[in-house]
Amino acid sequence: MRPNRALEIGTGLFVLLGFAALLFLTTQLPGSGVQIGGATGYAVSARFDNVGDLKVGSPVTLAGVRIGRVAAIAFDPTDFKAVVTLDIDKRYDHIPDDSDASIQTAGLLGGKYVGIGPGGSETYLHAGSTIEFTQSAIVLENLINKFFANFASGRGAGSASEPQESTKP
Amino acid sequence: MSVVPARDGPITTILRRIGAVVVFLASILAQCVPALARPRLIVHQIYNAGARSLIIIMLCGLFVGMVLGLQGFDLLQRFGSEDALGVAAALGLLKELGPVVTALLFAGRAGTALTSEIGLMRTTDQLTAMQMMAVDPMQRVVAPRFIGGVFAMPLLAAIFSLVGLFGAQLVGVQMMGVDAGAFWSQMQGAVRLDDVQEGFIKSLVFGTACSLVAVYEGYHTEPTAAGVGLATTRTVVTSSVLTLLLDYILTAAFL
Repeated sequence: MRPNRALEIGTGLFVLLGFAALLFLTTQLPGSGVQIGGATGYAVSARFDNVGDLKVGSPVTLAGVRIGRVAAIAFDPTDFKAVVTLDIDKRYDHIPDDSDASIQTAGLLGGKYVGIGPGGSETYLHAGSTIEFTQSAIVLENLINKFFANFASGRGAGSASEPQESTKP
Repeated sequence: MSVVPARDGPITTILRRIGAVVVFLASILAQCVPALARPRLIVHQIYNAGARSLIIIMLCGLFVGMVLGLQGFDLLQRFGSEDALGVAAALGLLKELGPVVTALLFAGRAGTALTSEIGLMRTTDQLTAMQMMAVDPMQRVVAPRFIGGVFAMPLLAAIFSLVGLFGAQLVGVQMMGVDAGAFWSQMQGAVRLDDVQEGFIKSLVFGTACSLVAVYEGYHTEPTAAGVGLATTRTVVTSSVLTLLLDYILTAAFL
């Protein structure tokens, strides 16, 4: 019965592996299942008027360098704002606590990410602190609407087409 | 005064072949339920068609995924949206490359083995001997092989897609520096359950088609040494063409 045993073990392994692959594909790919890395740093929250299509797992960058990821996105029903929890790597623990957070888009088709603009404070962000200055996602459609509204009212395109970048006060 | 022409022309040859395959499929399906009474035979065929194809499927899946990672990265980089690599790789693998490449490999790896095995049984009169012993070769030989192939294909395709995804992630994230969080979060945002389902149904259909062609060609082998070789060749050619043709039809139906 030895060859039969090997055959059954091999078949069992194959079927198990196949169903595991199917299970992974059906449950983990659609929706938010996999958490790459897990929480490795400290959590900082920021409140936005509008997060656009920012997703859990999106990068958090400072000066273009990735320093963490979006750990959670929740909705606060008292003031109708989105509460985004940022998981920032422990190595970057000298970020001034008056820094600002803005939601930006990577490239034309790229995903959204959170960009941190450093402030000038002597005290630093720590676990549980909140970023006060935030700028919401730029909704392209609103921008285009504004542009055409201005264009139609004859004030010209010059003032409306200026990029609405987040400039730190 | 029959409408059926007395001699076979080119059109009737094709019609006869298609008709014979359909009749053959019907007789297999009729024998599938009795064949389930011998699960050991089916397990043996799942082992032959599935478990023994595992290494080649995983190896090819890895390389297909890695190429997808490289090409996808190069293409998406031109638009400044490398982060979409996860979506591109996942949809490409789940909907097209997984089922199709698995079916082509299956035709070459398992289909040929089925055809030559049954063909040699035919050549050495083993099938006739079974019939003389009142054992139905359709039930004893053909149906278990068919069921094994149909069962193994979707699992192989799922493993292929998963390993391919791992390969794309290896190249995209580890080598090219796409952000791991963006790779996975964009993928999870864009892939729907329908996409996984589409790939599953495709691989099920391809599995049925490839297994049917393999057992048909084997069963109807001309009982000579050259006949077995010819039948094996025909299995690969017919399975591959049929897979790509069905792929177009299914893709058009799903969109």
